[in-house]
Order: sequence, then C-alpha cells, then structure tokens
Amino acid sequence: MDLYVILKLIWAGLLCVLLIGLGLMVGMDMGVGTLLRFVGRTDGERRTALNIIGPHWDGNQVWFILGGGAIFAAFPTLYATSFSVFYVVMILLLFSMILRPVAFEYRSKVDARLWRASWDWVFLLSGFLPMFVYGAAFGNILQGVGYHFNWTGQYFQDASFLTYLFNPFAILCGLMAVSLSVMQGGVMLMMRSENPIYDRAQRYASRAGVIAAVLFVAGGVWVRGMPGFVLEQGDPAMPANPMHGQHVTVQVGAWFANYAAHPVLWLLPVLGVVCMLAGVALVKANRPHVAWWMGLGSWLGTIGTVAASMFPFFMPSTTRPDQSLTIWNSSASQYGLTCMLAVALIFVPLILCYTSWCYYVMRGKVRTADIIKDTHSY
Amino acid sequence: MDLINPTVVDLSRFQFALTALYHFMFVPLTLGLTFMLAAMETVYVVTGKQVYKEMALFWGKLFGINFALGVATGLTMEFEFGTNWSMYSRFFGDMFGTPLAIEGLMAFFMESTFVGLMFFGWDRLSKPAHLAITYLVALGSNLSALWILVANASMNMPNGAHFDPETLRMTFDSFVGVVFNPDAQAKFVHTSVAGYVAASLFVMGISAFYLLRGEHRAFAARSFRMAALFGIFSTVAVITLGDVLGRLDYEHQPTKIAAIEGLWHTSKPPYEPWIVAALPNDEKQESSFEIGVPFVLTPLITHSFNTPITGMIELEDAAAPRIASGIKAISALRRYEENHLAADLEEFHANQNDMGYGLLATRHAPNQDVTAIPPEQLQTVIDQTKPDILPNVFVTFWSFRFMVFLGVFFFVLFAMASYLSLKNQLERNPLFLKLCMWSIPLPILATEFGWITAEAGRQPWTVFDRLPTFMSASTHSVSYMVFSLAGFTVLYSIFIAVELYLMFKFARLGPEAHDQHDNADPVHLSVVAH
Repeated sequence: MDLYVILKLIWAGLLCVLLIGLGLMVGMDMGVGTLLRFVGRTDGERRTALNIIGPHWDGNQVWFILGGGAIFAAFPTLYATSFSVFYVVMILLLFSMILRPVAFEYRSKVDARLWRASWDWVFLLSGFLPMFVYGAAFGNILQGVGYHFNWTGQYFQDASFLTYLFNPFAILCGLMAVSLSVMQGGVMLMMRSENPIYDRAQRYASRAGVIAAVLFVAGGVWVRGMPGFVLEQGDPAMPANPMHGQHVTVQVGAWFANYAAHPVLWLLPVLGVVCMLAGVALVKANRPHVAWWMGLGSWLGTIGTVAASMFPFFMPSTTRPDQSLTIWNSSASQYGLTCMLAVALIFVPLILCYTSWCYYVMRGKVRTADIIKDTHSY
Repeated sequence: MDLINPTVVDLSRFQFALTALYHFMFVPLTLGLTFMLAAMETVYVVTGKQVYKEMALFWGKLFGINFALGVATGLTMEFEFGTNWSMYSRFFGDMFGTPLAIEGLMAFFMESTFVGLMFFGWDRLSKPAHLAITYLVALGSNLSALWILVANASMNMPNGAHFDPETLRMTFDSFVGVVFNPDAQAKFVHTSVAGYVAASLFVMGISAFYLLRGEHRAFAARSFRMAALFGIFSTVAVITLGDVLGRLDYEHQPTKIAAIEGLWHTSKPPYEPWIVAALPNDEKQESSFEIGVPFVLTPLITHSFNTPITGMIELEDAAAPRIASGIKAISALRRYEENHLAADLEEFHANQNDMGYGLLATRHAPNQDVTAIPPEQLQTVIDQTKPDILPNVFVTFWSFRFMVFLGVFFFVLFAMASYLSLKNQLERNPLFLKLCMWSIPLPILATEFGWITAEAGRQPWTVFDRLPTFMSASTHSVSYMVFSLAGFTVLYSIFIAVELYLMFKFARLGPEAHDQHDNADPVHLSVVAH
C-alpha cells in the first residue's frame, strides 16, 4: 500500500483515539457537572463533588482541545468545513465550554448562596450541553450534511442550523452521549466519595448506563433504515482535494455495508453494549474502579461502531455527494502527516504516563468535612 | 469566483480581534507569573523561609483567578479558525494546524495537567517534587506561547510551504522552515518576555499597595524587589527583541514597516527623521502633520546609515506588475483545473509567486472574476488594486507608537523601582508607589497594542503575500455573525466584571488570608490546597 494511504489511515485511527479520550475524560468531568445539583444537596457536598475532579478537569479538557487541534492538523479540510457548517451549534458548544473553567475557579471564591447556586446551574448547562452537541454531531454526520465547494475550494452551506439542532436522530445520539458521560461521572464520584454522595452517584450511574445501552441499540436500528453513502470511485492515494476525484452514491442501509463485508466488525457494537451493561452491574456491585474501565469500553464500542460503518467517510454531503469529505480527500499532505506522527509517537505515551501519575498522587477519598474546613479548595 | 459578503468579513474580523485581544488580557500574566511563582518557591525550598511559601501561595491564588479566564478564552481562539475562517483554514491548515496540534501535545497538556497538582498537591508531594511541578507549569505555558507564535509567524512569513495546484492549498514542506522561522523566534521571545513585564508590574503594583498601607511589609518588600529586578531584565529584553522584529519586518514585510513608520515616500538617508507623532490620512495617502527627530530612522530600522527604506507609494507602484502576473497565474490555474493541460500548469508555475496579488484584484474585477478581465480593463483593475496592498496606516502607526512609548516608560519605572528597592527607600516615596500601583494595567495595554501593530500591519493578508483577508472568511449570513458577536459580548463582559471583582477582593485580603484558620502552626500551611 502507498505510504500516503497508510499515513491517512493511521491518522484516522488516531483521531478515533482522541475522540474516545475526549468522550471518556471530558465526558467524565461533564457528567459530574451535570450531576452536581443532584448528588450534592448541601454546599459542602457539592464542593466535595467538585474537588474530586478539581485537580484533573483542566488536564482532561485538553483532550477536547487536542481533538480539535488534531483535526486541524491532520484533516484541515474537515476542520474548516465541519466547524463552519455547524456554526450556530458550534458557537453554543463554545459558550457552554468557556463557562466551565470559570465556574470551577470562581464558584467557591464567594460565600453567597445566590452566587454559588448560579454557578451550579452553569455546571449543569456546561456539562449537559457540550456532551449533547458532541453526540448530536455524530448523528448529523451519519445523516449527511448540506454543503458544497466551488472550484477554488471555498465552501458553501446549503442547510440551516435548525436542521442539525432539531433533528430527532441527532437528539437521540446527543442523549446517548449525555448518558455515557453521566455514567462515567457517577462512577468517578463513587471512586472518591463517601455517603451520601456515593449512594446517589451509584443510583444515577446505573440508570444512565441502562439508558445509554437502550439508546445505542435503538440508534442502530434507526441507522439500518437510513440512507447511507457509498464511495463508488475514489483513489485512497488521491491528492487531498474535495472538489473532484470521487463518485459517491446514496443507498438506504448502506451504513451496514462494511459490517456485511467484514462480520468481525460486529465485535465493536457488541463490545459497546456489553461494557455498558457490565458497567451497570459493577456499579451495583460497588466495584467502581472496574466499572471505570467499562466506561472506556463503552466509548470505544460506540465511536468504533460509527467509524466502522462510515469508513472511509468523515462528513458526507447531501447536496453534492461526490464532494463528500472522506479520509482520502480531506487529509493533510504526506509530509505534514509524517511530522505530526513523529510528534504524536513521542508525546502521547508521555501524556498518558503523567496523567496517570497525577491521578495516582491525588488518589483516595475526598471527605466533605475536610473540604468545608479548607477555604481554598474549589 | 464568489466574493464573501464584505459585511460578514468585517464582522468576522471584528469578532476575531475582540476575542483575541480579550484572550490576550490574561495570557501575558500567566506567562510571567508562572516563572515568578517558580522563583519564589525555589527560594522557599532552598532557604526554608516560610515567607516565600506564603508568597507562592498568595500570588498563586491570583494566578489561578487569571489562569481560568486565559484557558476559557483560549478555547474560542481554537474554534474560530474553523468556524469563521473556513477558507483560510482549508488553504493554510496543512501547515498552520501542525504547530497548533504540537502546542496541544507538547505544552498545553503538560501545563493543564500539572496546574491541578500545583494547586492541590502541596501536602501530597515532597518539596522538590512540588517545585518541579511548578517549573513544569511555567515551562508548559511558555512552550505553549512558543508554538502559538510559530503558527502566527507562519502567517506573517510563510516559510516552509508552497502552493500546490493539485490540492489548491499551501502544502507544508519544511518543519525546520516553520520552527526556525526567524520571525517566530524573535516574536516568541518578544511576546513572552512582554508577559514577564506584565507579571512583574502586577506583583510590584500590588506590593506597592501593601507598602502604602503599611500592611504585610516583609512580604510586600520581598515581592516588590523580586518583581522589580525581574521587570528590569525583562524590559531590556523586550526592547532588544522589538528591534530585531523591526529589522525582520523591514526585510520581509516592507508594507508593514512603511506603515509603522508612516513613510509615504522612500526615505532619504541619512537625514530621514523618525516620526514621533503624525496624522496619517489613508484616503489622501499623506500625513497632514508630522513631528520627527532627524537622522534616527535609517540606523533604527536598517542598522546602517545609508540604506533607503521603500515608501508606501513606491511599494504600490512596485506591486503593479505582481498584480498583472497574479491575474495570469489564477487564469492559468483555472484552465488547468478544467483541462489539466501541461501548458497551463507551466504558465501557472511561471507566475505562481504572485498568485496572492491576483486574488487581491478580485474585488475590482468585473463580476468579481479575475479570470475574465477584458484586456482593455486590465490596467484599470491593476490601478484600483494597487492601494489595497497597504494596511490601515493610521492604526498601524499609532498602535506601534503607543506600544513603544509604554515600553520606554516601563524601562524608567523598573529602573527606579530596582534602585529604590535595593536602597530600601521605597516607603519614603509614596508617590512612586502609587505610580507603580496605577501602572498595573499598562503592560497589558502595551501587549494589546503590539498585537494590533503586528496583525493590522499584516493586512490586507491573512497569509502574507498569499491569501487576502477578504477571501479567508467563512460564507456565513450576517445574522449568524450577529448571534455569535452578541453572545461573546455578553459573556465576556460578565467574565471581566467577575474577574476584576475577585482580583480586587483577594488582593485587598492580602497574604494573611492563607493562614487565618491556623495561625499557630506554620507546618499546617502545607495542607492548604490553593
């Protein structure tokens, strides 16, 4: 196989890793944010929940930033087009995301009820909304997006943001992502809290896990009857130019074609469902540390399932299917991908090491009594 | 070619400027304070004196308030290239995305992961381990600035990339060319050291406030001295690197340097004056009023006594053949896109370095199509396009001057502060302490003016000489832009109000707040998270 094709494939794989890391780590913090008002009834309890992720949320958030950065570097055309085509949705996501760091830092700095209650609502919004949008984006790209390019590569949007936001399938996907994040957030709270936060987190985590599994299966059935896209013609080694070089058709059920051709891929959705249900069982059995890893399996299964069915598409175009963005036509140059790969091979293992070490240093239960005494924590 | 609605372009530029300037209110403090915190903690670890730990904790708390907004507003910047500058991101993303992604991998992950331990890890780590973490945060935030400025420099001086007619975008071809872009190196040091100046004056100003009130005197005097010394070195470095940058602009961005100096006509060395103040008129292409110091400009910019500096009018004239050649390049490229004939490709290659100037002519071509200009109209189009190569002279000229005047002021201020602090005469000069206190926001203002000089001076390009700004934006409707602008304005106004409130609140409370719940036992201090 051509070296350029291999590099494109590696980067598509790395992008999946980053999206899984984003869902798992950022989703966990956002799950805690969503649950904050429900697991914590008193101010002390809420501060306990916040301080459980307090030392880590900032580092975790970089998964999100790096996800964006990696798309920009490895698939610049995808970055340029997808961020613009979902403009209003992206801006809403951004608004809720930028409220979060501020909420962490400022909430407990002023001792007034209204002040803290307002920031608690901000945590709910900035936990729920980004994960919802994250899931809904997967729903939207599965359905295809309205855009086309002119000869210079300038892109044009052909559909209103309303079709992306108020779209039943996208809403289902959004709720599914929120459920996974709530499950993971609940599991994290269980690992490092005591009663009564522990009991409440356990309840929410197990319910969220069941909902996620149901929505995941329902989504699969929905996709079965949905028009999918087929790359009839297009050289994987083509120069990354979305304006021409491909022929794409639309067929109902086409998103299952890869599974028909390679039945081994069925392991991915099976992994997802099994991990979600096993996570629920482990949560109920008071084994949050093992359940945490089931969260990883759930995200791996979910994003893996979408990737396997859409391969090699990133973002199909409904108005000009031939200009659909694929792994082949939206990537960076061979030189750019090579440079980035060298950098990633050095730094990704390093990041995993020091992130784990930080969790190790901060291990153990966070007690509400200690938090209330300490006026300087979150 | 389809021209993007000019109102959308203007609103996109306005939004980017607003969000970038806002982001940059917090970044300089982060860059400098991390190193000052590391220095304070180093003294604590080496000498074991509790007051230095108090300093690290107290300034660390103010750092945290500032850091949160830096992180939050930085998110916006990463989004905006995609959401608002779609054409730019597709055209230049192959190269521009790389430093941004490396920034995430190498720097931002490190800074953000360890900042949590820096705040929460005091009682869980040994003294040297915590110190190492603090240094890693400082290193991370400064490396982060390095990669962002490498990315920015590639817009000002697109080294390490060439245009590829097969993909219709700039293709990344030299990692070394990007990283060792001379503009990037100079800009990194200039900008990060400007952040040290901001942090120094921040610490110095607040310490001056305590000295004026006679509170926390030992703490404040030590903080003041450390900041004054850090500040004087940093100011000297800022000015030196500013000079290097000016020289680089003279070589690579003649339009920017001519606009900065308000130089309408080519200079006449050695007499040519450095203009201190003027009223440049962009419409008439002349300055209606000028005060200058003779014999200064030539050595200042060129580091020689007899090299002339090309003026803006002459630069416009020199652009005419490039515009003509650029129009040829685009026409050939379009024919090549349709028929893939070798002859068209050859014609494109012969003119490709001027392609950006051809794109610049789009606004003046009939039907906004440079590939179909009737021969008899060509000269008119070229003449109409010529003045477009210049940035807004008034803005560039004055933002540069405000930055420079402030820089000179900081030099004097830090020199006096160091002298008075070393002589222990600070408290006898309350007026000087007040001046230090009121000067806290000025370095932030100076860095903002610096950013305006660099970016407004780069216009009309997003990628210098390659891609005009008016072609770089996304094709949004005006209502989308109004929606996002309104949202940013509301959110950012709330943020700045909250930030200032908390900064004032905790600065007034002072360092004592840290041991209020356990005064008797100094060892207990180590349990305090942050």
